[in-house]
Amino acid sequence: MNSKKTINTQGCNRLLSLLALLALVPFQLSAESARLPAGPSGQALAFTCAGCHGTDGSSVGPSMPAIAGMDPEVFVDAMKAYRQDERNPSIMNRIAKAYTDEQFEAMGWFFASQRLRLFPQPYDPRLAEQGARLHDDYCEKCHENGGRPGDAGTLAGQWMPYLHFTMEDFISGKRKWPRKMQRKVDAAIEEAGGDAIPALVNYYGSQQ
Amino acid sequence: MTPLNRRTFIQAAGGGAALATLGFPSLVLGAARRVVVVGGGVGGCTAAKYLRKLAPDIAVTLIESKPAYTSCFMSNEVLSGDRTLQSLTFGYDGLRGYGVEVIEDSVVGIDPERKRVQTAGGSRFDYDACIVSPGVGFKWDAIEGYDEQIANQSIPHAWYAGPQTQLLRNQIESMPEGGHVIIVAPPNPFKCPPGPYERASQIALYCKHHKPRAKITILDAKDAFSKQGLYIEGWTKLYGYGTDDSMIQWVSAAQGGAIEGLDASTRTLVGLVEDFQGDVVNIIPPQKANAIAFAADLVDGDWCPVDKRTFESTRHQHIYVLGDASSASKMPKSAYAANSQAKVAAAAIAARFQGKEPGDPTFVNTCYSIVGEDFGISVAAVYSLDAETNSIEPIPGSGGVSPANASPEIRKREVSYAHSWFKNVINDMMK
Ligand SMILES: Cc1cc2nc3c(=O)[nH]c(=O)nc-3n(C[C@H](O)[C@H](O)[C@H](O)COP(=O)(O)OP(=O)(O)OC[C@H]3O[C@@H](n4cnc5c(N)ncnc54)[C@H](O)[C@@H]3O)c2cc1C
Repeated sequence: MNSKKTINTQGCNRLLSLLALLALVPFQLSAESARLPAGPSGQALAFTCAGCHGTDGSSVGPSMPAIAGMDPEVFVDAMKAYRQDERNPSIMNRIAKAYTDEQFEAMGWFFASQRLRLFPQPYDPRLAEQGARLHDDYCEKCHENGGRPGDAGTLAGQWMPYLHFTMEDFISGKRKWPRKMQRKVDAAIEEAGGDAIPALVNYYGSQQ
Repeated sequence: MTPLNRRTFIQAAGGGAALATLGFPSLVLGAARRVVVVGGGVGGCTAAKYLRKLAPDIAVTLIESKPAYTSCFMSNEVLSGDRTLQSLTFGYDGLRGYGVEVIEDSVVGIDPERKRVQTAGGSRFDYDACIVSPGVGFKWDAIEGYDEQIANQSIPHAWYAGPQTQLLRNQIESMPEGGHVIIVAPPNPFKCPPGPYERASQIALYCKHHKPRAKITILDAKDAFSKQGLYIEGWTKLYGYGTDDSMIQWVSAAQGGAIEGLDASTRTLVGLVEDFQGDVVNIIPPQKANAIAFAADLVDGDWCPVDKRTFESTRHQHIYVLGDASSASKMPKSAYAANSQAKVAAAAIAARFQGKEPGDPTFVNTCYSIVGEDFGISVAAVYSLDAETNSIEPIPGSGGVSPANASPEIRKREVSYAHSWFKNVINDMMK
C-alpha cells in the first residue's frame, strides 16, 4: 500500500525493467510464487515459534525441544497429535488448534531446511555409556544413527529434560506409543531396571 | 520464498557485469537501505536481528539509552530471591555479531519529513525506515503524591527491571516479621497483564519461607485480572487464599482497591473508600507509550496507532511502532507479543525495500507466570489479522490458559517451560 504511494517515474521504469528481467528467471521460481497459497508464509508462521523453540528451531532452553532439521512428516504428525489433544496437554495443544494442515506442512518444511545447532548439556558419562548399549539393542532400528534427525524424530543432542518429559508421558500412558516402541522400552527396562530411561536420555544428551 | 532475491537476480541477468550495461545498477541493487531502530528492548532488538537475517544488505542502526538490557520478564523472581538482577542483564554484542550498529544514546526526536532521528548526544541518523519500540511510560499525575523521585527512593514501581527491583527486594527482606506489603495494580491496558499477580505470588513465596506471618495486599484499579482463576487456584493451594489466614488479599476496584493518592512519609495509600498503610509499598502506575512516542507525534491518546499488517504508524509513513508502545489490540503488552510483532515489521520492511507487498502477518503470544514452587501457569494465543477492522484477532478455537486443576506434574513442567521460554526469547531477540 505505502510502497505504491512512493512509486515515481523512476520506480515505474524499475518495475518494468524488473518485469523484463523476470522473463529470464528460471521458470520454477515463478511457478513457485504462483503456487503460494494466501495467508502467512511458512517462514512467517515458523518465526512465531522461536520465542519458545529458539531462532529457526534451535532451542537453547532445556525443556523445549529443538525442532530445527526435523523431518517434516514427523513435525506435521506431532502437530496434528497436539491439535487432537493426543499428547499430554500443556501448551502445544492450545497452540496447534490455530493451524491448518497446510500451515503445519509449510512450517514443517521451514524447520526441515534449518541447520540444527546443538548446545552442550551436562550428562553422566557412566549412564551415557550404558545408554549407548541399550540404544543399540532396542532403539537403533527405528532411531537410526544414534537418534540423529530422521523419520523418527530427533534424539541425538536433544535436550535431556525434554526427553525425560517425553518418556514420562509414554510410560504413564499420556502419549500414544508408536508401533513397537512400547515392547522395546519394556525390554530395555527389564534389562536395566530404573536406570534404563536415564541411561538412554543421558546417551542422547551426550551427543553434542 | 523470495522469487527474486539479489543473488538469483544477478544470476538471471547473466552475472554482475551485465547489470552495469543495463545502466541502473544502483537502482536495482539499491543503495544500502538504512533502518534506524529506537529502543533496544524486546521489539527493537528482535526487529534489528531479523532485518539482518532476512536482508543482510540492509544497514541497521539501533539506538538505546542504556548500555545493557535488563529484562522485566522473570524480574519478579528477584523478589522471591530465586534470581539475581545480573541474571537478567544482557549486553548488545550478540546483535553486533549480526552486523547491527548499536549506539548508546537517547533519541529525542524523529523528523518524518527528512526521515531523520535526532539524539540527546547531538547525533543525527537518516533512515529509509525507522522502528520505534520504546516501551511504556508512566502517568505520574494519576496518583497524587507519587512521582518519579519517590519511586527511585522509597516507593518503587519496579515496572522497569533495574535498581528499583533491587530496592523492592531489599525492602521486603528487611521489613518486620509480620510485615505488610502493598502492591497497587494499574488499570488496563498496561505492560504484562498477569505481572502484578505474579509479583504478589513471588513475594508470597519468599515470605512463606522467611516471614510466614507477613501479608500481601493487592489494591486493584480493576475488577478482574489476567489468569485470575489459575492464580486463585495457586494462591489457595500455596498461600491459604480464601481463609482468614491467607497471605495474599486481593481488593478489587469495586471493593475499594482503586487508589487516588499517596502519603509517602507514612506509606499510606488513599483509596476511594478507605486508606491502606504498608511496611513496603509498590505502586505500579497507570501507563502510556514512552516519552519519545509523544515527542515524535506517534500517539493518538496514550498509545501509537499502527497498520497491523506491518506495524507502520498510521500517523507517519516509514515509521514502525512495536511492542508495548503500540496499540496492537487484541494482543497484550508482552515480550512474546513484541517479539512476534518485530518479525512482522522486519519482514514487511524487507519486502517493501524490494518493491514487494508485505505478506499476510501471523502473531503468537505465550506468557508464563510462576505462582510458587512447582506451580507454573500460562496463557497462549495465535492471532491473524482482520484487515477490514485492522484488528489482530485470536484464531477461534485455539489458545487459552492452562487447564484448571491440572496435575501437579503439569504445573511443575510449566515452571521449567517458563525458564526455558526465558532463555529462548532472550536468545531470539539478541543473541
Ligand atoms: C514484572 C514484569 C514481568 C514481565 N513478565 C513477562 C513475561 O513473563 N512474559 C512476557 O511475554 N512479557 C513479560 N513482561 C512484559 C515485557 O517486559 C514487555 O512487554 C516487553 O519488554 C516489551 O518490549 P518493548 O520492546 O515494547 O519495550 P522494552 O522491552 O521495555 O524496551 C524498550 C527499550 O527502549 C529504550 N528506550 C526508551 N526510550 C528511548 C529513547 N528515547 N532512546 C533510546 N532508547 C529508548 C529503553 O531503555 C528500553 O531498553 C513483564 C513485564 C514486567 C514489568
